[in-house]
Amino acid sequence: MSRFSAFVKKEFRHILRDRRTLMILFGMPVVQVLLFGFVLTNEIKNAAVAILDPSKDVSSISLTNQLLSSGYFRLERNLSSTEELEPAFRSGKIKMAVVFPPDFAQQLAHEGKAQLQLIGDASDPNAATTLINYANAIVLDWQAAQNRSAAVPPLRIEAQTRMLYNPEQKAVFNFVPGVMTLILMLISAMMTSITLAREKEMGTMEVLLVSPLRPIQIILGKTAPYLVLSFVNALIVVLLGMFVFGMPLRGSVLLLAGECFLYMFVSLSLGIFISTRANTQIAALFMSGLGLMMPTMLLSGFIFPRESMPMALQVIGNIVPATWFNPIIKGIMIKGVGLETLWLNTLVLGFMALFFIAISMRNFKDRLA
Amino acid sequence: MQAVIQTDRLTKTFGHFTAVDAISFEVAPGEIFGFLGANGAGKTTALKMLTGLLKPSQGKAFVAGYDVERYPEEVKRRIGYMSQRFSLYEDLTVRENIRFYGGIYGLSTPDIRRKTGLLLDKLQLGAQADALVGSLPLGWKQKLAFSVALLHEPRIVFLDEPTSGVDPLTRRQFWDLIYEAAHQGVTLMVTTHYMDESEYCDRVSIMVDGRMDALDTPGNLKKHFSAADMDEVFRRLARPDEPVVRDGHVPHIFKSPEE
Amino acid sequence: MSSITTTNLSKAYGEVQALKNINLSVREGEIFGLIGPDGAGKTTLFRILATLLLPDSGSARVAGLDPVGDYKKLRTKLGYMPGRFSLYQDLTVRENLEFFASVFGSSIEENYELIREIYVQIEPFRDRRAGALSGGMKQKLALCCALIHKPEVLLLDEPGTGVDPVSRQEFWDMLRRLRQWGITILVSTPYMDEAELCDRIALIQQGEILTIDTPEKVRAAYPRPLFAVRADDMYRLIRDLRELPGAAGCYAFGESAHLSLRDTAIGLDDVRRYLIERRHEAVEVSPTPATIEDCFIEFLNH
Repeated sequence: MSRFSAFVKKEFRHILRDRRTLMILFGMPVVQVLLFGFVLTNEIKNAAVAILDPSKDVSSISLTNQLLSSGYFRLERNLSSTEELEPAFRSGKIKMAVVFPPDFAQQLAHEGKAQLQLIGDASDPNAATTLINYANAIVLDWQAAQNRSAAVPPLRIEAQTRMLYNPEQKAVFNFVPGVMTLILMLISAMMTSITLAREKEMGTMEVLLVSPLRPIQIILGKTAPYLVLSFVNALIVVLLGMFVFGMPLRGSVLLLAGECFLYMFVSLSLGIFISTRANTQIAALFMSGLGLMMPTMLLSGFIFPRESMPMALQVIGNIVPATWFNPIIKGIMIKGVGLETLWLNTLVLGFMALFFIAISMRNFKDRLA
Repeated sequence: MQAVIQTDRLTKTFGHFTAVDAISFEVAPGEIFGFLGANGAGKTTALKMLTGLLKPSQGKAFVAGYDVERYPEEVKRRIGYMSQRFSLYEDLTVRENIRFYGGIYGLSTPDIRRKTGLLLDKLQLGAQADALVGSLPLGWKQKLAFSVALLHEPRIVFLDEPTSGVDPLTRRQFWDLIYEAAHQGVTLMVTTHYMDESEYCDRVSIMVDGRMDALDTPGNLKKHFSAADMDEVFRRLARPDEPVVRDGHVPHIFKSPEE
Repeated sequence: MSSITTTNLSKAYGEVQALKNINLSVREGEIFGLIGPDGAGKTTLFRILATLLLPDSGSARVAGLDPVGDYKKLRTKLGYMPGRFSLYQDLTVRENLEFFASVFGSSIEENYELIREIYVQIEPFRDRRAGALSGGMKQKLALCCALIHKPEVLLLDEPGTGVDPVSRQEFWDMLRRLRQWGITILVSTPYMDEAELCDRIALIQQGEILTIDTPEKVRAAYPRPLFAVRADDMYRLIRDLRELPGAAGCYAFGESAHLSLRDTAIGLDDVRRYLIERRHEAVEVSPTPATIEDCFIEFLNH
């Protein structure tokens, strides 16, 4: 077995035997994505609604179908009179009720407008507001479609509001890339710096250094397993984003993978750089935790928009790799753009990778102290 | 005279593993009690129970008259402890370390001042009183640590490998301190890897696999095992199945120097 | 032929002078012991020889190579066992051995003969993680790992620390049997009694070498008469003997005290009489050869 593959094999054994590390490696991205997804955004799906539709005409049925097929609402029951409304809410079974007037289609056809009542359960005001907003938007949507098909000049302009109709989905678009940048940085940088520091702490580094292994073999042997694991993690986060939160992937999958690798390379070289400075696992954890995680979260525009930061922080934010990677991943997934737009960011990341590899190779001591 | 340490079938189990297996023994006041055994034989676990750091699974232990399980705080007040690994704060000066340990055992300020003077005189450390402990040679540190462990006049002092890695002269000077303390009535329980040091003990116990397989004076142990020295006693106990081979090229390392 | 030589080797850490002008020469195939307490500079010397530290001044040659200039080449010829057994605690015995073999471009099978005697003792625990081994077992495994690529020079830094006396003896038996392979062994220890098992020794204290010779010659060079004295009360015995006029020093050595005499005219009977006058019981006095520890103490006192 070659030296290098023996090293990588050993490294995989360390990782697979250490259940806590494994949990962090694979548990953290999943938990973080789900946490950000379900706790921090208040998007609601499959909310129970009741429909009171005395008119039962083409228009009311069509609108009802559109509401129910949106994915946000689930028909809990059909009501036959307004008296049933209150008991329905009181039982807690429904979150919202839609009440049509008796002559919905007629009103629309003759007067060009109709009354529609949306009743929310305001005992949970956030959820109620969200649901009413959803419903409103869907109604406007439906109306626009009706106007188009009827070839009647539109009465209202709803196009602008349409893209914004779901402010929460905008949060999803923001946090999935954000979590990806954070997770990739953490796994790559933190884990490599800690694992190298552990060898120093245990004294095994002494033996490795005295062996014919070259420093580059030690470095690559240490990072290769984390490169694989980080890539798996990136995949998990993207898939979670797409299938749990409905993120699109409009751009090239290959480009996304390539950019992820580039970013991981930057993070790994940062991790090695940290490990050339840290002699204990605790020191490595502090340096990568405070030195990388905080700027990545706070300055890269992941949580706080960069536009609203003071100039000085924006400048500092420029040396955070995530600042450059965030637009890349958003661009590819949401906007579907390619290298023609992202070349600058890619180039900056490339330079960063070369820079950190160069200085950490220079700082990696093949002797002690 | 009443025993200062008394154990009755003292046992500690971790899951299915019995670290200390029903050991019973007594230690008299002023006795130097050698506590020997291979690594993993249960010495450290037994010491932890006797110093009130670990609850026994079964059995009883009385130290300085108190049940270690029920009154660990009373026990801790009456014992001193020193180990090779941790004893003094390296980043505090000699004087500050003495003041700190005096303080945590509730000594009054004038008391601490008086004892600091005595201690520095005895160890001839007066000139280094304000030097950081970290800058002292290992041997001095160990002697200082022992003296600090005696500061609150404990009835018993536990010494966990106090002399490991120390030069032979300092090692003897350390034992001079141990003898002196014993002479003043302090009981000393000592673990060591130096077999010659077990000869300096009044009685020696040897633990094997959690049991106390031997407990007697060094002289009686040697007689009982018809061994030339404590090394051989130890070897017979720790590797009972192995015939003791003395081939030509293993010279007197494990015999006493007199031979 | 010298396998290791150092010329005026010095190294300081800030204010602390760890090594002061160390000159020594280890012959090919011998077991050379570096004997001294913790903090004497043993580990620093080992690290310089193992290419891990650069000396401040002076030079060294190991297996014909310069640990500073030819360090890459030298590393393939070295077996190094640092003070703390550098094993991967979470890997099994077998996995540790396989790993270190591969790293040196070797395999367990290739040099099995070399480690066979040691390995058979740990083989029953082949699938146990190194972290769960006893001190003695870890020591044996670490030795196997250091030997697996058949090094020319074996550097063992305090292999006996944290290991019980029985395992220490077994370990030394193994080292002595390794001589048949012509491997040069430099070993350090704070245990003076282990000096007897080396072909030659250097006593080291505070970065300086006190003496270099065979153990026999070091002991023979003890400058004064030495008596082994026994009596019932050891503590009082030692105190009284130190006050004996003409005594150079008295220290406990196992079950007796060693009395070193400045005044060569003092005989066994004089000592006996002196002790009986002071009401000692069961007094026994006999001449005794000096041990390495006696010699070390002698150097420290001067």
